[in-house]
Amino acid sequence: MEAGDTLPELAVTPDKYLTYRYAGASGDFNPIHIDEEFARSVGLPGRILHGLWSMAQVARAQTEAAGGPERLKRLSVQFRGMGVPEVELVVTSTVRELRDGVAVVDTEAKQGDTRVVRRGEAEIAVS
Amino acid sequence: MGKIFAPVTYAVGREKVREYAHAVGETNPLHLDVEAARAAGHRDVVAPPMFAVVYCAQSIFPALFDPEVGLDFARMVHGAQEFAWGPLVVAGDEITTECEHTGVAERPGLRLFTFETRSVNQDGERVCTGTWTNIVREEG
Repeated sequence: MEAGDTLPELAVTPDKYLTYRYAGASGDFNPIHIDEEFARSVGLPGRILHGLWSMAQVARAQTEAAGGPERLKRLSVQFRGMGVPEVELVVTSTVRELRDGVAVVDTEAKQGDTRVVRRGEAEIAVS
Repeated sequence: MGKIFAPVTYAVGREKVREYAHAVGETNPLHLDVEAARAAGHRDVVAPPMFAVVYCAQSIFPALFDPEVGLDFARMVHGAQEFAWGPLVVAGDEITTECEHTGVAERPGLRLFTFETRSVNQDGERVCTGTWTNIVREEG
């Protein structure tokens, strides 16, 4: 891994029922994720993805590129656009710099032109 | 501000790790297959790094709803998140997480509430530090 390198892209399409499975797996049952009617009543287009599920896709792009979960040392992200089910989410990652056996990676996740996760910064052990 | 909530201990179960790993699309057998995890030198299946949200949940949720914190949950959106990880968490671990309300920052039309979670395993090793930033839009 070197500065400027692009890590393999991760593309995943959350199916219609993903938000229910993730709610159960994570314990986050906020109705904006699982109740179509409620989501619309608060001005959303419909049920939206959990931000932390999208962050988990960003994390997975790093651990898969790095060769295992133990290599991911830090990940920080900002949440912006609303992620929605049944639309492909694409995670892109570029190595910004290497220092002391750690690659600092700029990463984000988009659905079409919507940045669901932006300003992601990961630290991956590369020694 | 600076309020520290009582620590909560979470027992990491094998099937919970697998359920979580499936929900986020993990395919690495370390997270799914006990034999593969043991062959790689782990006691049991390995929690994906973002499983931190599961063992932190019972620490962070009460803090969000604490009246002293004063966060209007109905107007809240998750603004930013950071995790820094130490040793891997595996099924069978007991993870104890303490949550601190670290600040409220005012921005035009917004308030940013920040929390830090500090998670240690049964051997006292820090497995994860989380920084949670929640945005609350002002009324009107």
